[in-house]
Amino acid sequence: MEIFAATDADVAAAVRATDIRATFGAPQPPEAADPRPQGERISLRGVVKSFGARPVLRRLDLDVPAGQFLAVVGRSGGGKTTLMRLICGLDAATSGEVRIGETPVTGLMPQARLLFQDARLAPWQRVLGNVGIARGPGWREKAHAALRDVGLADRGREWPFVLSGGQRQRVALARALVSRPGVLLLDEPFGALDALTRVEMHRLTERIWTEHGFTVVLITHDVAEAVSLADRVVVLRQGEIALDVQVDPAGELPRGRRSGAAAAALHERILAAV
Amino acid sequence: MSPSAPTDAIALTQGAIQPHAVPQLALQDAPPAVPAPERLKAVGRGLLKALIPWALPLGVLALWQAAASLGFLSSRVLPAPSDVALAFWRTLGDGSLIANISVSTGRALTGLAIGGGIGFALGVLNAVWRPAETAFDSTLQMLRNVPHLAIIPLVILWFGIGEEAKIFLVAVGVAFPIYLNTFHGIRTVDRGLIEMARVYGLSPAARFARIVLPGALPSVLVGLRYALGIMWLTLIVAETISSTEGIGYMTMNAREFLQTDVVVLGVLAYALLGKLADSLTRAIEQRALAWHPAYQPGAQGVA
Repeated sequence: MEIFAATDADVAAAVRATDIRATFGAPQPPEAADPRPQGERISLRGVVKSFGARPVLRRLDLDVPAGQFLAVVGRSGGGKTTLMRLICGLDAATSGEVRIGETPVTGLMPQARLLFQDARLAPWQRVLGNVGIARGPGWREKAHAALRDVGLADRGREWPFVLSGGQRQRVALARALVSRPGVLLLDEPFGALDALTRVEMHRLTERIWTEHGFTVVLITHDVAEAVSLADRVVVLRQGEIALDVQVDPAGELPRGRRSGAAAAALHERILAAV
Repeated sequence: MSPSAPTDAIALTQGAIQPHAVPQLALQDAPPAVPAPERLKAVGRGLLKALIPWALPLGVLALWQAAASLGFLSSRVLPAPSDVALAFWRTLGDGSLIANISVSTGRALTGLAIGGGIGFALGVLNAVWRPAETAFDSTLQMLRNVPHLAIIPLVILWFGIGEEAKIFLVAVGVAFPIYLNTFHGIRTVDRGLIEMARVYGLSPAARFARIVLPGALPSVLVGLRYALGIMWLTLIVAETISSTEGIGYMTMNAREFLQTDVVVLGVLAYALLGKLADSLTRAIEQRALAWHPAYQPGAQGVA
């Protein structure tokens, strides 16, 4: 089982890389000093989370292999955000166990980074200061590199309020990248953006994911977004997994341009489960 | 018509925004695209706009001087502006004005530093630590509602009529507005940002320095401006009760000798110091809140 999962991931990564080059040109070569970090596996075993008497997650079992791009789809109140908060350690599960890699999640996890729906930039920090909000040795250089990565190399000196919604989310993405996370959690970060900016953000996220190789969990209620970006889609309904599908097991559909009968059928299946 | 005429015209229309740039450009005889009367009107409007706020005070001053010079106004009631100006020169010459102002300013700032520091510290403590709020806040709210000038008799009993009494009163007066605004500012910092800071691994100290304090700063500065008003008011009252130096002493002493010109001068000195303190806080706001859209140069009003 483990061996198969690893092989699948490797094949998928190879396919991804080819797709990206074909679609958006060759990705920038990673810096020599910064080897491509490995994504980390996320596993949930019998996870229950209730607020008072109200159960939000009911005995959830979920395994996300390292480097996978998972989309979690569901209605509001279905437990998506709760799931996210449990993975990064903002909240504790009522019972059950959450692990990132081999480490049980007991508090905030330094290897997991969360992108919120609103960018949550500190308005009194310039863009560079926001990207390097955690400071630490050499933070300026790291923040610069992350800003370059998201295409905002020349905006470091600006105040956040002059940026557009899409630029703010890109700064937030750069902030998440600075610490080279093993897990990136995206809590509907594209929900408030206009359609064109959203497509731009999709491409950027995809390129960065291909370069960095972290595990992604994307929360969205946009089924099309889930199908076009993810390796795998999980539908969360009333705190339970209602559907768990591989989007493109054979690697036939080019990422970002998934359309046609297969994609449409998958789209229908997911919608029916939501 | 010279070939450079269109460029000149552009320069002229741009120059009209800055009134001082126009006369120099008007000397050039290149025919402007904007007719001269239009430009003059624009300059006139700018000048008028700059002068209008001064029209009323200057008019009142002129009327006042005229009334005093023509004998309608006794100098025992109100001195002529010219007499106040003379008193200014006199007290400036013998050094008493500067000495008194610096003594008063020293008292005010000492009181502000002590009271403001205590108010700020209590505001921070109660806002970040619930048990402290439970323990102290209702007491502070009770104390806050006592007019601090009402305890002057007690203060004189405690401290006598020396410097301590005045500084104590100022400190008590300024502590509460700073306390309230610090508390409120910290409590209303965006929860989402604090959560973000936790997820991104900021230590409690770093969260306080980089998220909580800057987020509370606009409110703290509003508290400071309130406190400055109270600071001067308290000092005026405290100094008129008993002093041997300071602006309050200067005016009370002048009253004994019916020197109304010196009294008015003292009042003006207070007004000027108050305005100066307010301008200083505004300057601090402009610098410290440069990140805030509302403090950008040329920011529009809300409505």
